[in-house]
Amino acid sequence: MKKRILTLAFIVTMIASLAGCGNKSGENGQVIVYNWGEYIDPETIEMFEKETGIKVVYDEFETNEIMYPKVKAGAVKYDVICPSDYMVAKMIESDLLHEINLDEMPNAKANIGKQYWEMSTQFDPGNKYSIPYCWGTVGILYNKEMISEPITSWADLWKPEYSGQILMQASVRDLLMVGLKKNGYSMNSLSEDELKVATKDLVEQKPLVQAYVIDEVRDKMIGNEAAIGIIYSGEAIYTQRENENLVYVYPEEGTNVWIDNWVITKNTENYENAVKFIDFMCRPDIAKINFDFITYSTPNEGAQALIEDDEIRNSYIAFPNLSDYKNLETYTYLGEDNDEMYNEFYKEILGADN
Amino acid sequence: MKTAGSVLKRIYIALIIIFMYAPIVTLIVLSFNSSKSRAKWGGFTTKWYVSLFQNDAILQAFFNTIAIATLSAIIATIIGTLSCLAINSMKRKGKTFWMGITNIPMLNAEIVTGISLMLVFIFLGVKFGFFTILIAHITFNIPYVILSIMPRMKNLNPSTYEAALDLGASPFVSFFKVVLPDLMPGILSGFLMAFTMSIDDFVITHFTKGPGVDTLSTKIYTEVKKGIKPEMYALSTIIFITILVLLFLVNVSGNDNKKEKIK
Amino acid sequence: MLKNKQKLMLGLPYYFWAIAFIIIPLCLVIYYGLTDKTGAFTFNNIASIADPQHTKALWIAVKLSIISTIICLFLAYPLAMILVNFKKGKSSILVMLFILPMWMNFLLRTMAWQTLLENTGVINTLLQTIGLPKINIINTPGAIIFGMVYNFLPFMVLPIYNSLAKIDINVVNAARDLGANGIITFGRITLPLSLPGVISGITMVFVPALTTFVISAILGGNKILLIGNVIEQEFSQTSNWHLGSGLSMVLMVFIIISMIFTAIFDKDGEGLI
Repeated sequence: MKKRILTLAFIVTMIASLAGCGNKSGENGQVIVYNWGEYIDPETIEMFEKETGIKVVYDEFETNEIMYPKVKAGAVKYDVICPSDYMVAKMIESDLLHEINLDEMPNAKANIGKQYWEMSTQFDPGNKYSIPYCWGTVGILYNKEMISEPITSWADLWKPEYSGQILMQASVRDLLMVGLKKNGYSMNSLSEDELKVATKDLVEQKPLVQAYVIDEVRDKMIGNEAAIGIIYSGEAIYTQRENENLVYVYPEEGTNVWIDNWVITKNTENYENAVKFIDFMCRPDIAKINFDFITYSTPNEGAQALIEDDEIRNSYIAFPNLSDYKNLETYTYLGEDNDEMYNEFYKEILGADN
Repeated sequence: MKTAGSVLKRIYIALIIIFMYAPIVTLIVLSFNSSKSRAKWGGFTTKWYVSLFQNDAILQAFFNTIAIATLSAIIATIIGTLSCLAINSMKRKGKTFWMGITNIPMLNAEIVTGISLMLVFIFLGVKFGFFTILIAHITFNIPYVILSIMPRMKNLNPSTYEAALDLGASPFVSFFKVVLPDLMPGILSGFLMAFTMSIDDFVITHFTKGPGVDTLSTKIYTEVKKGIKPEMYALSTIIFITILVLLFLVNVSGNDNKKEKIK
Repeated sequence: MLKNKQKLMLGLPYYFWAIAFIIIPLCLVIYYGLTDKTGAFTFNNIASIADPQHTKALWIAVKLSIISTIICLFLAYPLAMILVNFKKGKSSILVMLFILPMWMNFLLRTMAWQTLLENTGVINTLLQTIGLPKINIINTPGAIIFGMVYNFLPFMVLPIYNSLAKIDINVVNAARDLGANGIITFGRITLPLSLPGVISGITMVFVPALTTFVISAILGGNKILLIGNVIEQEFSQTSNWHLGSGLSMVLMVFIIISMIFTAIFDKDGEGLI
């Protein structure tokens, strides 16, 4: 029997290694793209390859932080990457990015809305390195069947009657942001005193919290496992489709607006192809296909106009009029020392007794 | 004989099997769920099986996973078995030293092993891809092989091997006829563990892989942000059923020509 | 036997492998652990284990992994004994049955447990329909132990099964013939002979349990911070490799000490396993 298992294993390997062959380069060279998982419609990549004859080598990452060391070490010479706002700032500081000339990208220039360029200046002054790709807000999702009074603010998450029903975010910035904003501070605060106040509040809140999660918010809210959760706007629309009792609100103390952006790396070997790739993704029809696939808001106004479903085009979740909401902020890169300070407070919260 | 004891034994095995298989059954059920969310039953569907076979990326990742797991387990088993023979013939100090070294990859946080292997590969100027993943997997597989074989090594009887030599067998033949069969259960379980560890690894693979080369694990973990694709449940179900059927077939044919080992 | 020198040569591929891919990475960890951001030598990263947060996380992790290891041992030993007594073909099939679940992706399996254990999950829904009270295990230390036992049980079963299979049935029978009862035979013959397997099993369960972070995140709802979570956090969220490496080194020392401790029970005195 042992021999049989081994023979079987060998046969499977042979088949597998045969199937693994065949890696052809395009007639016009290639472009190596490093993006979030499931963050593009594969169809648009095929269209790009067909139209330009450039082969796309596509790679995915899970978080900004797991992407950064791989890029910094230069293990693979990526051409195009899609980091979030504060990570763009960090990569600029580490001199990892190539400057972008908007005149080479007519689609990006024509279609990305003015307000998004302005927002980007918070982490990329002068819009020199990055092109907005997807954006959204962080808000509170609650189940109106499980909760009688509507929730309007971060402070509501401290009400004892919601004990065991609250899902908080398990990431340093997204968790501390809630404590800071609740007290009216900036989410990029560098004041140790302000962070202490925020931490104290979050520690007090811990017994009420059901769990600190990241991506499980979605499923737990759909399944009625919790009544209140902190969630990204792009996920909110999907959860509402699956469970009609869910309501998304912008907390009145203000919240986070995030943007994921295309950037080109400094040591790119395919600069021209990288430019073509990014510009292709900014074409309204292509951006529309990607929006339908990933459902995160697109900053592409050309694509927004192509959306046929009025309900989505006018949705306050997908495309809010940002001037309607107060105290919106984008994360900035705080520097290594401050990152550590944030992390210390974060550990204090998660390590506290329930 | 059917005693109360043997009934109890069967109940015990059954309980543990239920424990081990409860989540697998859950995965199988989810693969037929028409809702994309694991928290909601949206009705029965087989559409994920159809779209699975249209998804080249997942299928390619599947083949990579199997190839890397099998190759790395085989190579790690060979290297591990040889090193067990060597370590076993060392003096106490050498043995302790090498066993300590062996344990390190198990102790390091995965991300440490991953990043440091990445740095070593950059230093050596190796191109990242299938090959680098393979080397990384062999590295963390070897300790599991050694830890499986070593306990058997301890009660290996040298005199049977010497007897074989005395009877005129060459060292090579006597090794394969006498020593190896004795170690075989350990080697086999080492192989199985290595295979298992390789299939599941995400972090180390992420840092040692080249662009465009994916395994099922790297696919699944990167999917987390947007939700696990139900196709993954479908693929898991197919893999599981296939292995189960193979196991059954091996068992049936194995029974025909079973020989009792002569002691 | 092969001459001792020839035997030592057999290990050559491994010596090479270990130096290139184990020792060099280890040196990197030590380098980071003993330096600060400017590259200056420091003990601060290692000393930071004395931080109340870190000590607490280490202590909880040790506690939970010891409990899980003991549960695994008590579940696995009887199981291995039962399996060994089956006919040869049948027992290897059964052993395979215990490994098979591990070939499904770890993350998928752990998330499946979440679906089962949640307050509105499958098990609780079943309990309620038959009129039993709900169990509130999700997001508690109990759920973390549960996940550890589930994930690492096969690593305990296999080595024990192997060492039991190795025991010559004649020795056991001889003890019986000489008048020893079942308990004495077990205590004097079976248990000591299976000890190497038990020790391998303990290592293979305790070490991964001590360093895990995924299980506490998914089944523990991140409400309990384990040392594995702290280290993972330093590497993957703060990018503070120095502190992460320093804490990893402490963990390594800690594990080595506990391994020496288990080796004391290893009567043959054959060194660390």
